[in-house]
Amino acid sequence: MDFPIFHLDFLNNRVLIAIIAILHVLVNHALAVGFIPMVTFMEWLGFKTQDERWDKLAYKIMFVGFVITTTIGAMTGVGIWLSSSLINPYSIGSLIRVFFFAWFTEWIVFVTEVVLILIYFLTWKKSNASFRSKGKHILFGIGLSIASWFTMAIIVGILGFMMDTGNWLTERSLVNGFTNPIYLPQLAFRTPLAMVMAGAMGLFLTIVFTKKGEEIRYKALRFLGGWMLFWMPFSLAASLWYYKVIPTLMIGNMAVAVGTQDFQDWYNLLTKFIFGAPGVSFIVALASRWKPQQVPAYAYVVPVVVMLGFAGIFERIREFIRKPYVIGNYMYSNGIRVDEYPLLQKEGVLKFATYVKHREVTAANKVEAGKDVFMVACSRCHTTSGINSIVSVFDRMYGGKGQPFPQEAMKNYIKNMHNARYYMPPFPGNEKELDALVAYIAQLQVYPESIEGVQTAGTPIQTTREEIQQLSERILARKESERNNKQLAEKSNTQAILKQ
Amino acid sequence: MKTLLFILAQVPVPKDLDLPLPMPEWFLVGVLVLSFLLHIIFVDLMVGGVLLTLWFEWKGLRNKGYDALAHEIAKTVTVNKSLAVVLGVAPLLAINTLYTIYFYSANALTGLAWIMIIPLVTVAFLLTYAHKYSWEKLAQQKELHLAIIGVSALIFLFIPFIFLTNVNLMLFPEKWGTVKGFLEALMLPNVLPRYLFFTVGTLAVTGLFLFWYFGRQSYEFEEKLPDLNRYQVRKMFYGLAFGALAVQVALVGPILISTLPSKGISPTLVITLLAGVALVAPALYWMWQDMTSPNPVHLDRHFGKVASLMLVTVLVLGSGRHIYRANAIEPHRELMAEKTAAYRELIAQHAQAMQNNPTGELLADAGGGAGEAVFQKNCSACHAQDVKVVGPPVTEMVSIYKNDPEGLKKWIKAPGKKRSDAPQMPGFAQLSDGELQALSEYILHIN
Repeated sequence: MDFPIFHLDFLNNRVLIAIIAILHVLVNHALAVGFIPMVTFMEWLGFKTQDERWDKLAYKIMFVGFVITTTIGAMTGVGIWLSSSLINPYSIGSLIRVFFFAWFTEWIVFVTEVVLILIYFLTWKKSNASFRSKGKHILFGIGLSIASWFTMAIIVGILGFMMDTGNWLTERSLVNGFTNPIYLPQLAFRTPLAMVMAGAMGLFLTIVFTKKGEEIRYKALRFLGGWMLFWMPFSLAASLWYYKVIPTLMIGNMAVAVGTQDFQDWYNLLTKFIFGAPGVSFIVALASRWKPQQVPAYAYVVPVVVMLGFAGIFERIREFIRKPYVIGNYMYSNGIRVDEYPLLQKEGVLKFATYVKHREVTAANKVEAGKDVFMVACSRCHTTSGINSIVSVFDRMYGGKGQPFPQEAMKNYIKNMHNARYYMPPFPGNEKELDALVAYIAQLQVYPESIEGVQTAGTPIQTTREEIQQLSERILARKESERNNKQLAEKSNTQAILKQ
Repeated sequence: MKTLLFILAQVPVPKDLDLPLPMPEWFLVGVLVLSFLLHIIFVDLMVGGVLLTLWFEWKGLRNKGYDALAHEIAKTVTVNKSLAVVLGVAPLLAINTLYTIYFYSANALTGLAWIMIIPLVTVAFLLTYAHKYSWEKLAQQKELHLAIIGVSALIFLFIPFIFLTNVNLMLFPEKWGTVKGFLEALMLPNVLPRYLFFTVGTLAVTGLFLFWYFGRQSYEFEEKLPDLNRYQVRKMFYGLAFGALAVQVALVGPILISTLPSKGISPTLVITLLAGVALVAPALYWMWQDMTSPNPVHLDRHFGKVASLMLVTVLVLGSGRHIYRANAIEPHRELMAEKTAAYRELIAQHAQAMQNNPTGELLADAGGGAGEAVFQKNCSACHAQDVKVVGPPVTEMVSIYKNDPEGLKKWIKAPGKKRSDAPQMPGFAQLSDGELQALSEYILHIN
């Protein structure tokens, strides 16, 4: 990774992406992909039964979806991009080069989606004027539902690709992102999940927008309960399918993925929660389908919270099980490509880095160079003093009592950690850099220090005048030989012509 | 001091992503220039719309007619802002692809401000909705209602600074080592003139848009704005556009060009910019003629031509902007490409050498057979022979599993949690039966 290094030492870089991404997925699933078909269905019910109470309720529910998706939803979508390009520019940059066309198509579908959502919501009231315009409006709703689903279908290709590059490594074609084994099950899982989440949201909003005793309230609760019950079996079946195709090694990471390393013991509890959340929602859905009058209003908060939590945990696990890679088998989560490793492990990461203080570890700069190594090799996931700090991680490993770190053992651990903890990428540097890194971490234990990223501290630069000179000479030499080759080719051409 | 300046003036030459561009460069440039044009028009309408909403609502405190006008403008903003965001995705994609290193480096160097775009714009959007949908409810609390749109306007006026700082900083790798954070990058030459150019341009575009919007046949002006006169209102917006354009051509444009750092200026650029200015002149002339004509029907006479000319102008200026960008970083791009190629060669050479001589230090075998190799690779991170490292020493394993190799294997494949003073051991399901056998033999033979 050869960029000025943005770093958040308190919050942790990944947490920034996680907050934005999870918020986006929740809004996208619960208030767009699953929501629009649900609202359109409700609108159609009003149209079919000529009962305008359905229409009014559907409109109010849609208002919430409209406001949130076009603000928080849209901006967090951009935010995932902006935050990943800050934190792992090599990875997002590579993904964009591979998936340019998918992203471009995504953009077109996305524009369509926004235009349709504007039309759908803003012409709703006008469309009530006539039978025909209402029918047309419902058709818009269906078109919008399809467009939102497509945006998800495309982005899931990119997500599936990050977890398993499939044949892309050898064939390098866009199609592989979509034919890789994770694509279909993930899409099949997300679709009904979005429907169920939307149902939970719909139940909650129905309670907000209707009064106790109103007939439409119970009609809507019955409908939405049925909606959730309809989608749940699909959701369950798809999640089993999805689980089955996650490559074996990724499953090996599951215990850590679910609970993070320090809470491995929670694994069982969290697994229960994962099954519990849809379970609880199932009960609420069942009750509102058959006995809506008897369900207390506050009960409807529960499915919203647990289903959002469920989706959040699902994303957390999905994010985690692709480790140690950020792009499966191609690039590790530290932003270093797999094919760079042999070279770097011999020559060192600092030697080829542009934005570090030192390019070589010496006795005098050992600790400072160790900090450079930390920034290049560790800082995408670890901090020095904040969340997932490198000191706390080692302290926990060595007993959690603040004893001085055994430096020799640490070296051995870091050298082999990829085998012991598969989710950790192998250490990319050489022996000397490992020494420096361990010295730096040991000093951090005694003298904690918070690292500032380039966004506040600026960046050191290691490109020397000599290097630029060398590069210029290379360019000149290359151009020269290109010209010579061309002249030679022309010469032989003219000779060939002359001969004729 | 001299050496310090020398260090400060260092130009970083990083390695580029080692993946080819997904599309021919001309295609990406086309996407960038055209989609950015679309994006910026809607950004202009969003920002200009909010500013004019604020202005007319404030004027509406005395004249009810203007309050209704403000409300009508506010309704356009919530649509235009959604289009502005979604249309911004394509130019972002194109600039990410074409200028990956430049754009992302600038983003990182101004990181906090860059990521603040997300919450700030979200808040501004929510405020515009709150403002639009509370028009009747807050009719008696106008101060509060004005404050809502006021905060939103301030945010909208601030965001362009962040974008402009980034697209400016990306052109100057020689500055990447000297700026510390957003504010310093903001102070680089040319950011403020660009900002001025943007804001004045915003008023021009919005003025033209509203002139058209309130002039449409299908717009029921008399019903929606009974206290105002359609001709007067439209003339006012035309006047706004005219004034903004005149200021742009006479004042802001020259400032912008004269503060442009010289490294990207070329004859083509000068010709392009002059062409842009030349196109505005007839547009100004026609607008002036229509506005001063005694016959109200003539107000629209040249609008089609004016609007088309403006579109072409913006396209020409957008191309000029691209020419400058390409000129400014071309030499640096070439250096970077060469460096990337050199690095690629090194990787290949090294891989070749490794293949020819596989007994490199990486694959060093301790010489103690398969079991020891498996132990070194998979276990030695946490276990040593006779001291506790992360997990217990090997001697302790031996004392437990001396007569139970199957139990040891089972544990290695799927360990549980036994000790309160050590983290749980991960499972080694990936080891083959042969490896597992060799490993357990090796462990149990250590004394």
